[in-house]
Amino acid sequence: MSIDLSQFHQVFFEESFEGLQLMESSLLDLDCDNVDSETINAIFRAAHSIKGSSSTFGFTAVAEFTHVLETLLDQVREGSRQLTAEIVDLLLQSVDCLRNLLTGLQAGQTPDATHSRELIAAFNRILAVKPVAQGAGTQSATQAGKIDQPAKMEAGEAQGVTRWQIRFVPDSNILRTGNEPLRMFRELAELGELQCVASVDRLPDLNQLNPEECHLGWDISLTTAAPRSKIEEIFEWVADESDISIEAVDAIVPLATPQPDAEPAQRVSPSATLPEPMPDKVAPVSVGKEKEKESAKAESTSIRVSIEKIDSLVNLVGELVITQSMLGQLGTEFDMSKLTRLQEGLAQLEHNTRELQENVMRIRMLPISFTFSRFPRMVRDLSRQLGKKIELKLSGEQTELDKTVLEKIGDPLVHLVRNALDHGLETPEQRRAAGKSETGTITLHAYHQGGNIMIEIRDDGRGLNRQKIRAKAISNNLIGENDPLSDEQIQDLIFRPGFSTAEKVTDVSGRGVGMDVVRRNINELNGSIEVRSEEGIGSTFTIRLPLTLAILDGQLIQVGDQVYIVPLVSIVESLQPKLALVNRVAGGCDVFRLRNEYIPIIHLAEIFGIRPRNDNLEKSLLVVVETGTAKVALVVDDLLGQQQVVIKSMETNYRKVEGVSGATILGDGTVSLILDITDLVQMAGVHQQHKNGLRLVSSRAAQG
Amino acid sequence: MNSAEQRALDVSDVDSPLHSTEQTDQYLTFIMAGEEYGVDILRVQEIRGWETVTPIPNAPPHIKGVINLRGTIVPIIDLRQRFGLSKVEYGPLTVVIVLKVETRKGARVMGIVVDAVSDVYSLSSQEMRAAPDLGDNVNTSYIKGLVNVASKMVILLDINELLGMDTIPEVSASALNELKQAVDRH
Repeated sequence: MSIDLSQFHQVFFEESFEGLQLMESSLLDLDCDNVDSETINAIFRAAHSIKGSSSTFGFTAVAEFTHVLETLLDQVREGSRQLTAEIVDLLLQSVDCLRNLLTGLQAGQTPDATHSRELIAAFNRILAVKPVAQGAGTQSATQAGKIDQPAKMEAGEAQGVTRWQIRFVPDSNILRTGNEPLRMFRELAELGELQCVASVDRLPDLNQLNPEECHLGWDISLTTAAPRSKIEEIFEWVADESDISIEAVDAIVPLATPQPDAEPAQRVSPSATLPEPMPDKVAPVSVGKEKEKESAKAESTSIRVSIEKIDSLVNLVGELVITQSMLGQLGTEFDMSKLTRLQEGLAQLEHNTRELQENVMRIRMLPISFTFSRFPRMVRDLSRQLGKKIELKLSGEQTELDKTVLEKIGDPLVHLVRNALDHGLETPEQRRAAGKSETGTITLHAYHQGGNIMIEIRDDGRGLNRQKIRAKAISNNLIGENDPLSDEQIQDLIFRPGFSTAEKVTDVSGRGVGMDVVRRNINELNGSIEVRSEEGIGSTFTIRLPLTLAILDGQLIQVGDQVYIVPLVSIVESLQPKLALVNRVAGGCDVFRLRNEYIPIIHLAEIFGIRPRNDNLEKSLLVVVETGTAKVALVVDDLLGQQQVVIKSMETNYRKVEGVSGATILGDGTVSLILDITDLVQMAGVHQQHKNGLRLVSSRAAQG
Repeated sequence: MNSAEQRALDVSDVDSPLHSTEQTDQYLTFIMAGEEYGVDILRVQEIRGWETVTPIPNAPPHIKGVINLRGTIVPIIDLRQRFGLSKVEYGPLTVVIVLKVETRKGARVMGIVVDAVSDVYSLSSQEMRAAPDLGDNVNTSYIKGLVNVASKMVILLDINELLGMDTIPEVSASALNELKQAVDRH
């Protein structure tokens, strides 16, 4: 399978720079004497995801470097190593070093590994010191002093800066062909430092001057790290009709040269001066890099849309304009005889608007193959690394989902696939012993279900090991020695921060970072994740995500004098209950028998503390909604209309409200709250326990 | 709705009556239960009439609900109930002051319900007196200072402190009384 991974590089760089920024700011916030575990976790996670994605894309220099970094951070995180100012300094330097490596890679250059090797050596020296909480500080201080010496020899292949002397004498007709020298100079300036001297030798007398001709020539001196081809590219269009010479004047100035001379002298107090050499090193490259970052930003916010989608939009807008003018005409000379035509027109308008809306939303939709296609390479590399035979099956790659959702789901998926590879699947020997084929299979499957998109990550490996999870949970004091462990609890446990049962920490996974982040990322997208696992047969992670984050098909319901919105996708059916079918289960929960199922009833008015219009259940309506696996019935006073609603956040100006996922503005300008069914079910559970006694009494009263 | 918009007045137009060299800040004052309170006028976005809100389930009683302010959802807080004062019926003169509050999570727009809007004063920091320390049991961090304008006491509120906190501390009527007594003693 050959997939051009370079199309995802931009995303990777974006993410990594973000991660580095986070690391940097968190490191700067760190207080060595009073280490905040959340901050350490944040730094660790950032390093971890940079490591993960860089190895996916084959940027081994970055991956190797981050691995060492991460090992040290892990020790700090576990509390087995005391954080010292030296370590923080070293980590900060590593952030700079990583940034250099990444900018280098982004510009398509082979990165200069000198500095990273130095730092790796420094880290290894620190790591070589036994991770004892005390004493580590003084040791590493002496170690850190020697950092810069050994790796210097390898500075040979350093990426350099060259000064180019360019002579550019264009043909006098150059302006007529639409070539603007100024623009070319601007492009040159983006490559590096530019000095330009115009020669006026060819300039005629003023009375002979033709303003449409170019009489100037230029001597340009450019200092840049870019190769000759880049410069030639700029002159590509005018090369035939101009006199151009490009010569390298100065021999290559290696980037790293200022360092070896400067450093040993400064090295009196290592911890204080360590971070300083960095600015020297960055400066020569930064001129060109600034521009590249800009272009990167522009790219990340743009979206590629097929011309068909645009055409259909143009058509729809055309129809809309026609409908509008038709209605306008009708309005100027309206009398009651034209009422039917007005109604028709309005129906037409509604139709147009809806289609337009759907089409506009579709522009934001991209196939999930954008995310899926980075996996084959990753699986191939990792399987080789782990010595496992793995086959990756992809299906449903054409399933479309919102671009924002797509971008945010990438990282969680990478984590899950890596986990499946590393922990899920066994080695060929183990598989043979278990009577399975040597080749393990990982299946990524995407499909639509209702208004959701489902992504399944399935492996046929060893499944979750209940014993191990149990033992780990006991050793982490999460459960008691004799507590039973239900399937739900296992689910909950594996998504906890720092919970890993892998025997050894590998390059791939096992540090227990990730699953908590996975769940958090997915929850942030209003999605959910579930795991089904059978020991010896395999595990399946199912992610459920909304198609879009902006618009929702809603059913308006009335409870008391309030109007709420239930997401239409979660509604199974609505019906009028017969009291005979309603039972009160011991424990205070009402259930309703719907065909062969017993469905718990949630009294919305009670949970929200509002007065329902009628207390008689028989006069109310039941809306049966589905949430993940469970069904519940909401008691409502009335069903109003169905309509698409634009989701507005409650958190912008207020905070998260339990049982409510957001708000929207109805046609009359009032605000209506959108119900969060999953939340409601949880609330009802809690509620029920509180009110047990009361409910039993009231139910008896109702019956008596 | 319409009447509310008509009464919405653009507070930034108010002229500053004092042009002294020292640093003065303008405060919009409003009346609640006979007392005059002031907020930094730069925090005030607009003044609206009371309109029906959508209540938020299980919210504390002083949070009346949310309104649609030109497309954004804005919570409305009853300052009377927030201060533990007696409730009053909302009438046509009831006013909502829409404020921009700086919180740790960024700027938030909130509305406060007050009895009536009173005046705009230019006050210098010299005129302002710190809120007296009433001991540990009364939190006065939301009071920026006290000031006398024409022999009336105006309580200047620090709305960032008052509304910016995630969990709003209880401000009780007795605390306010204590405060008044403390000021009178001065």
